[in-house]
Amino acid sequence: MMKFLVVCRRELRSYFSSYIAYVLLAVFLLLSGYFFYSDLIFFVLFGGYILPSGLWQYVFLDMRLCALLVLPLLTMRLFAEEKKLGTIELLWTYPARDGEIVLGKFLACWIFFVAMLLATAVSPIIFYRFYHFAIGPLLAAYLGIFLLGTAFIACGLFISSLTENQVVSAMGTYGILVFFWFLTWNEEAASERVIHVLLRLSLFDHFYNFSRGVIDTRDVVFFLLFITFFLFLTLQSLSARKWRGVR
Amino acid sequence: MIRAQRLTKCFGSFTAIADVSFEVERGEVVGFLGPNGAGKTTTMRILSGVFPPTSGRAVVAGYDVVADPLRARSVVGYFPERVSLYLDMTAREYLEYVAAMKDIARQRRRAEIDRVLDGCGVTHVAHRLIGTLSKGYRQRVGIAQALIGQPRVLILDEPTAGLDPEQVAEVRRLIRDLRGESTIILSTHILSEVEATCDRVMIINRGRILAVDTPHNLNQRLRQTSQIYLEVLGPAHTVAERLRAIAGVLHVELSPSAPDGIAAITVTTEKERDLRAELAACVAAAQWGLQELRPVALSLETIFLSLLNPEPAASAVHDEVPGRLSA
Repeated sequence: MMKFLVVCRRELRSYFSSYIAYVLLAVFLLLSGYFFYSDLIFFVLFGGYILPSGLWQYVFLDMRLCALLVLPLLTMRLFAEEKKLGTIELLWTYPARDGEIVLGKFLACWIFFVAMLLATAVSPIIFYRFYHFAIGPLLAAYLGIFLLGTAFIACGLFISSLTENQVVSAMGTYGILVFFWFLTWNEEAASERVIHVLLRLSLFDHFYNFSRGVIDTRDVVFFLLFITFFLFLTLQSLSARKWRGVR
Repeated sequence: MIRAQRLTKCFGSFTAIADVSFEVERGEVVGFLGPNGAGKTTTMRILSGVFPPTSGRAVVAGYDVVADPLRARSVVGYFPERVSLYLDMTAREYLEYVAAMKDIARQRRRAEIDRVLDGCGVTHVAHRLIGTLSKGYRQRVGIAQALIGQPRVLILDEPTAGLDPEQVAEVRRLIRDLRGESTIILSTHILSEVEATCDRVMIINRGRILAVDTPHNLNQRLRQTSQIYLEVLGPAHTVAERLRAIAGVLHVELSPSAPDGIAAITVTTEKERDLRAELAACVAAAQWGLQELRPVALSLETIFLSLLNPEPAASAVHDEVPGRLSA
């Protein structure tokens, strides 16, 4: 069997044999379900004529918050826990490449996240029975949140590889992700030239188009680069053991 | 089977091992002996592929650990000093995972896992979560993990540390059973362990190899003096003076902590000269009560000191726990 699948299966098993998976899944679904409900009520009462696109924008900007809340807690243990327990030492002695180990752990988190996203599709499916909205914008928004979440996981995986403390791992990931969010918070504070660069780098600005039902290849490429960059950094961080030792 | 050539490993400015070279033949059991922090674990980690050496070369079963890491790792079974297993898996699930990581074909996995479970005596706890197992059982699951796939080279870092005497005996028996099947390097800081299990000993201290020899030769070589401990009911200084006068006695040391009226004395004599009878006769002649008389075992510390300075390090000899050393 491919090594990364072996690693991935063990990680998934570990999520489900502890409470982590169930708690995170429950919180994510409860929050995103509640946001869907309240956004829907809001639009039925006040939004009326721009209902379809406007609704998805609000629902997915809210779901983005849920992903931001939940994913760092999912990724925090990936390497940090193995370092703390010391199980990572044995992992290095098995005939598997660093890349296969990184890929396996990344994939486990990713599968879990995709499962969470699929579960949220229940709300729009029920809604569709009562109101035939255009499906395209919804799919675009799902693609957006999927890419955004995958980027969160890549970032979290990297931070987890830096520390053996899970709290540090989660907090560091929050720090980076929230910073990327607030990068363009106050456009007036940055000079004309800088704001153009910042807008290009902001995770959440790139997500904004998707939530309005627009798929821009520039946004897709940005996310793919962001993910690749952090996976690359993770590999680099793991190879630091070659000169720094196991910890 | 294992060849280490001038291995050096530095962590920043700290040199963990320097210029370590040795060879281990197929089927040999070699003991790595040294105090904590001597560089045993670092050397073993290099051989099992945890990290590469800063310089030098290590070849395991013909595969260079740096140039051909995956193949080198596939012939090595490693048991780390800090046994860390996934506590949320059962022993069998864990070994299934290890077997998959070690490329054991799916249809052979079950038989292979049964074999190592049986060999390590953990079949009856295979269905239990590792987190609920006692330290002894976890240690054995750790050894089982190393044995999966019948690796040609086994590297065991302190396999008996922290076990009770019965478990220690079991692990040693297990290692003896593996003799011939695999080439084994095991580390320890207990001298009798090496004598019980190993064909050869490598003594390492502060990152350097001090000696490589059979346990027997090493003992002979290092015994430049022998020591006898006595407890005598009598005036301490007078007793010491009388004993010093005996031919062949090099040095007499009084223990200051002995209670009043009892002379606790360590006598250093020339090598291979048994003066026990003479000492006893001397005490008896003066009509003192002889409470205890026994040869002092060579402690690990003494061995290191005598390897570091070839002169007899008589004053540095300390009493050892009986039974721990069988010198």
